[in-house]
Amino acid sequence: MNLYFNYLLILFKSQMQYRTSFWLLTAGQFLVPFSLFAGLYFLFERFGQIRGWDFFEVALCFAVIHMAFAVSECFARGFDTFSSLVRTGDFDRLLVRPRSTFLQVLGSKFEFTRFGRLFQSIIVLVWALSSLSIEWSVIKVMTLFLMVVSGVFIFTGIFMLAATLCFWTIQGLEVVNIFTDGGREMAQYPLNIYQKWVTRFFTFVIPFGTVNYLPLMYLLGKSEGNELLYMLTPAAGIVFILPCLLVWNLGVRHYRSTGS
Amino acid sequence: MRMMKPYFSVLKLRLLHGMQYRSAALAGVATQFFWGFMYIMIFEAFYDQALHNPPMSLKELITYLWLQQSFLAFIMLWFRDNELFDLITTGNIAYELCRPCGIYGYWYAKLLAQRLASALLRCFPILLVAFLLPQPYRMTLPPDALTFLYFCAALILGLLLLTAISMFIYISVFVTLSPTGSLLVFGVFGEFFAGLVIPLPLMPPWLQEMTYLLPFRLTADFPFRVYSGHIPHNEALAGIVFQLLWLAALVLLGRLALTKALTKVVVQGG
Repeated sequence: MNLYFNYLLILFKSQMQYRTSFWLLTAGQFLVPFSLFAGLYFLFERFGQIRGWDFFEVALCFAVIHMAFAVSECFARGFDTFSSLVRTGDFDRLLVRPRSTFLQVLGSKFEFTRFGRLFQSIIVLVWALSSLSIEWSVIKVMTLFLMVVSGVFIFTGIFMLAATLCFWTIQGLEVVNIFTDGGREMAQYPLNIYQKWVTRFFTFVIPFGTVNYLPLMYLLGKSEGNELLYMLTPAAGIVFILPCLLVWNLGVRHYRSTGS
Repeated sequence: MRMMKPYFSVLKLRLLHGMQYRSAALAGVATQFFWGFMYIMIFEAFYDQALHNPPMSLKELITYLWLQQSFLAFIMLWFRDNELFDLITTGNIAYELCRPCGIYGYWYAKLLAQRLASALLRCFPILLVAFLLPQPYRMTLPPDALTFLYFCAALILGLLLLTAISMFIYISVFVTLSPTGSLLVFGVFGEFFAGLVIPLPLMPPWLQEMTYLLPFRLTADFPFRVYSGHIPHNEALAGIVFQLLWLAALVLLGRLALTKALTKVVVQGG
């Protein structure tokens, strides 16, 4: 863990070398989800609701998913750009060091500019929460927190799976965007607005449903049943990282250097 | 015509080069199908219980979305050529300046070819499948032949216009030396005002008025709505005139800006 913080510190210092560029990029990152959110807002202005969800409910969903995405892009950026490590053969260097590859790849990149994105989502979150009348309890606060954490784990897991694919393909694949960017776009609306098969896929295969649908229903008081069970659904999303780690280790064992 | 010859050869060479990436294109097709389906489902859900009639029917919207996915390479500003960025930031631009042809035309041809190649590879499979999909996802044919002709003209002019706009991204890198920021800002604003986040007719009136003043919507929103007949013929004709005017203005401006940037160019490195 100590090592990881050292990595972070060095990366932070190096990114701060280009200070203007850093701030501009952070501001730019703020704009990306902002334009998406503006689109969402205008759609609700015209249509009023989507399958029974109103604007602030969807805004809450949007905020949680985008926060999770921003945080995991901060941390797991190393996996996102992993294909270049494999292509240049630089991954060999990581293998000879006496630390886990997971930690090293994780520490190889940290995108501090993504805080712009995070900041935007936090604003949306605060706005949504202050406009929704939710009866807060300890369990609900825990649930909200777990939703974000679980989202981070799921996105990180997807980044890892995408990176693992690079061991076989060398090149990064555009298709995995379906699950990273596509997953984010898709999960910014509550999952039940989609067709059944989509909902199922994104609940049981990639567990976005445990982040943005089941606990959301509970938060908004739309569900009946055991409270604890609802609080724990995001935990199921966290478990998603385990098979990803397994596949990653499998991939590392399979790795053959590209040489040079 | 002889003056244009080198530019056409660049166009042809780059086109052939771009056509090599067939497997990448296939992957792109899969991705675009996913996006297409997702957007359609979202709008379907919105339309399902709409209180009053939206200004654009779901059918028109679905056609709009499929066209958007098929011609993504024609309308996306972030579609970039890293080679050009590297030329500017590493100082290899010096070689480019030695070439016996204008740098604006040369780069324009290069960027145009890249988009053209990518779209040619991707649009046919997407369109083909989109026409065969079950309802409500099926894409519709344009109402009549004349509409289709207008659409083709608008699409091609839109492409030329978008390439002219994207030239400004490269020119701005001369000043900022870092492509990421320029791309991000151009990309976000351009896409929003081109109607890629939400289609133009669904925006609130005040925003629509603003969008009509900008050239971005002429690259994507305009040709796609001409296709579905949402924009009537006389307006389509007017739009095409606007496209031509914008194109002339932007190319002129781009040339000026580039010449200005080149007089101040500092060749980086040795």
